[in-house]
Amino acid sequence: MANFYTDNSDLKHHLNHPLMERLVALKERNYQDAEKYDYAPFNFSDAMDSYEKVLEIAGEICGDIVAPNAESVDHEGPQVVNGRVKYAAGTEQNLDALVKAGLMGISIPRRYNGLNFSLVPYIMAADMVSRADAGFVNIWGLQDCAETIYEFANEDQKQRFLPRVCAGETMAMDLTEPDAGSDLQAVMLKATYCEKDNCWYLNGVKRFITNGDGHIALVLARSEEGTKDGRGLSMFIYDKNDGGVTVRRIENKMGIKGSPTCELVFKNAKAELCGDRKLGLIKYVMALMNGARLGIAAQSVGISEAAYREALSYAKDRCQFGKAIIEFPAVYEMISIIKAKLDASRSLLYETTRFVDMYKTYEDIAKERKLEKEERDEMKKYQRLADAFTPMAKGMGSEFANQNAYDCIQVHGGSGFMKDYACERIYRDARITSIYEGTTQLQVVAAIRHVTTGTYLNQIRAYQAEELKPELAALRERLIAMTDKYEAAVKSVTETKNNELIDFQARRMVEMAGHIIMGYLLLLDTNRNENFRHSAEIYIRFGEAEVEKNAAFINNFNASDINTYKQ
Amino acid sequence: MSLKIIVLAKQVPDTRNVGKDAMTAEGTVNRAALPAIFNPEDLNALEQALQLKEQNPGTTISLLTMGPPRAAEIIREGLFRGADGGVLLTDRAFAGADTLATSYALACAVKAMGEFDLILGGRQAIDGDTAQVGPQVAEKLNIAQVTYAEKIEKIENGESTIKRRLERGVEVVKAKLPLVVTVNGTADECRPRNAKLIQKYKYAKTNSEKQNIDVSEQALYEKRPYLNLTEWSVKDVEADLEQVGLSGSPTKVKRIENVIFQAKESKQISDSDNDSEELVKELIANHTIG
Repeated sequence: MANFYTDNSDLKHHLNHPLMERLVALKERNYQDAEKYDYAPFNFSDAMDSYEKVLEIAGEICGDIVAPNAESVDHEGPQVVNGRVKYAAGTEQNLDALVKAGLMGISIPRRYNGLNFSLVPYIMAADMVSRADAGFVNIWGLQDCAETIYEFANEDQKQRFLPRVCAGETMAMDLTEPDAGSDLQAVMLKATYCEKDNCWYLNGVKRFITNGDGHIALVLARSEEGTKDGRGLSMFIYDKNDGGVTVRRIENKMGIKGSPTCELVFKNAKAELCGDRKLGLIKYVMALMNGARLGIAAQSVGISEAAYREALSYAKDRCQFGKAIIEFPAVYEMISIIKAKLDASRSLLYETTRFVDMYKTYEDIAKERKLEKEERDEMKKYQRLADAFTPMAKGMGSEFANQNAYDCIQVHGGSGFMKDYACERIYRDARITSIYEGTTQLQVVAAIRHVTTGTYLNQIRAYQAEELKPELAALRERLIAMTDKYEAAVKSVTETKNNELIDFQARRMVEMAGHIIMGYLLLLDTNRNENFRHSAEIYIRFGEAEVEKNAAFINNFNASDINTYKQ
Repeated sequence: MSLKIIVLAKQVPDTRNVGKDAMTAEGTVNRAALPAIFNPEDLNALEQALQLKEQNPGTTISLLTMGPPRAAEIIREGLFRGADGGVLLTDRAFAGADTLATSYALACAVKAMGEFDLILGGRQAIDGDTAQVGPQVAEKLNIAQVTYAEKIEKIENGESTIKRRLERGVEVVKAKLPLVVTVNGTADECRPRNAKLIQKYKYAKTNSEKQNIDVSEQALYEKRPYLNLTEWSVKDVEADLEQVGLSGSPTKVKRIENVIFQAKESKQISDSDNDSEELVKELIANHTIG
């Protein structure tokens, strides 16, 4: 009888962030749905109470069903039977429970049968599901794609597809192909319009498609014959009920083995256009990917949580040299670093989620009425912050998840290398997070312009100006010193105007910004909740050393040194 | 065909994870140390009712529970999972009831609830473990009963097909409605609480629970009548005071003692067929097995 929401008070802390009052009021349009729907909240505290109650349901399912199934799902995995995916028995059971609990379409508006929740509780549920089984979250979390349908499809399509997702049908996003991975401009799947049938037909192959046999798929395909780049691609909705797509094989992966990664063959598969032609990659996939990246950031935090708990419980139980190994400095330091990285990446995750939710909610309101000038300005501010923070949360969160899973095995010693403990599964599951939905290197590519244009620095200065309890001032002083080093390092690189050098130093600069931002977020968490003090102190000390290291590398580097690295 | 289903459910102390403070020095259950939960097999019964509701559109499910005012939680838990309503039978006069007085009170309440097709309940509650209340309710209502049900396979033309899980196998029986069915723990687990339903019903309260609410909260109950949970006393169900509670209970608990199982002696036998056979015979003779 475990509950992954109630056993982790940090979640409640993040759910109750001061910005939530405005965010929820915007999302609920000042609570006007209460008149129309018996399950809609009538004020802020009612909405927050509902979020908590629903998270308790999700937490119970994670603790009692998804987590206990994780091991058998990892062993059994999905299979291809007659061109269709058959999930592992545990996966079926997990999905059934989450569907019956009504935990699909969490953020979709009520008029399409969704819960109309803020993204914050949705991401929190994803955080818990990932802790329970990081492979399963992919299947459940693909409900994200419904957001893309909500944002870009026409009303008729929204009415046909969204209630199905809310009722429990799963989704997929069919983007990558054998020759189009990180470079989606190379997508070749062919979309042909048939005047006679007044619909599109898709032909070709997709590869590495998570949950490729889902009921409703968003497919990126080349609608403009003869084109070769991203401008010839459009987005389509494929409904499995129409047929035409078969699963050729499921990849044999290192981790997240419960999640079926499919190779799909499209043979005259009927599909409908979503949004406008030619905007498939340049507009819709970019939006889809940003949502998916936030999902991977949540998955990473959930994995870190699982790693932390496994490491802590083993270190308390395992005795060597006459005492529990957690008594040894080498072990307790390792565990507190895991915890500090976990807390830091979680604070960044929810900060990012709030930014994304704020601007998306404004965007949605803008479809109903013209925004006031202040509202437009605020929307732009949050959109910029969301663009800057999403790749950082995904990039650094996934690297931390990997480091934490590695350290978790290290705490277990030889036992951790055996298949007997959950840590080896966590380690394998963690590995993909820094690869898919854009590798860490590609997250740096997305983030670096916010180093050079100053988005990060401005936000750091804003955090610096927040009011703090006097006893936290010393920690802030250290963050200010770190910021000065970051600013100087960035200046020295950018003023060379040497793009190759900027690319070469990009990850170091983005990480410096990340350490400072996460340090501030933990400091602000501590200001609200004393429980974060240890993590704030430990993380800031760790970040200080990292910033120092990166600054030293940059300061001791001449542009010409780059040549020694070229192979 | 639409059905009217009543689910009998009991709030019980969670005896599954008993710690050392579960019993008081006097030998009674220390309720403060054990959380109050929905009796597990009653949840299995509720799940069977919810599945019937899915198969038979228009079906309604009402919970019936007897207990102190806080047992209203059982009705809410049912509503959160898809039940349509419920009745809490609560009155000081009901207190101290054994199975006879309980089944009498429940039968009176069932009569007061009006027509029904099916009464479902768990096989037994984890606090008393008698498995008597369901069958006694059927007897008092003078209707048929099927016990140890694992799955109500279908209901057609007023007849149910039910799979029973018995000690040595499975039996499929047919029984005409109206009917009492008691459900085993081997039946499907109950579904989780539902996100929309918990938001819809989270403020549902009985009159006793509404005593200390302010005016603004009262307005909510006027506006959303489904939030008012029914609470009945002895008078409401026209029960005979002599037959309920302690006065209606012939069972008297004489003494309760803590029994601690301990291995006192051990016996070694060889792996020969003869020794094994002797051991089996001995175990059968002293009723350990068989």
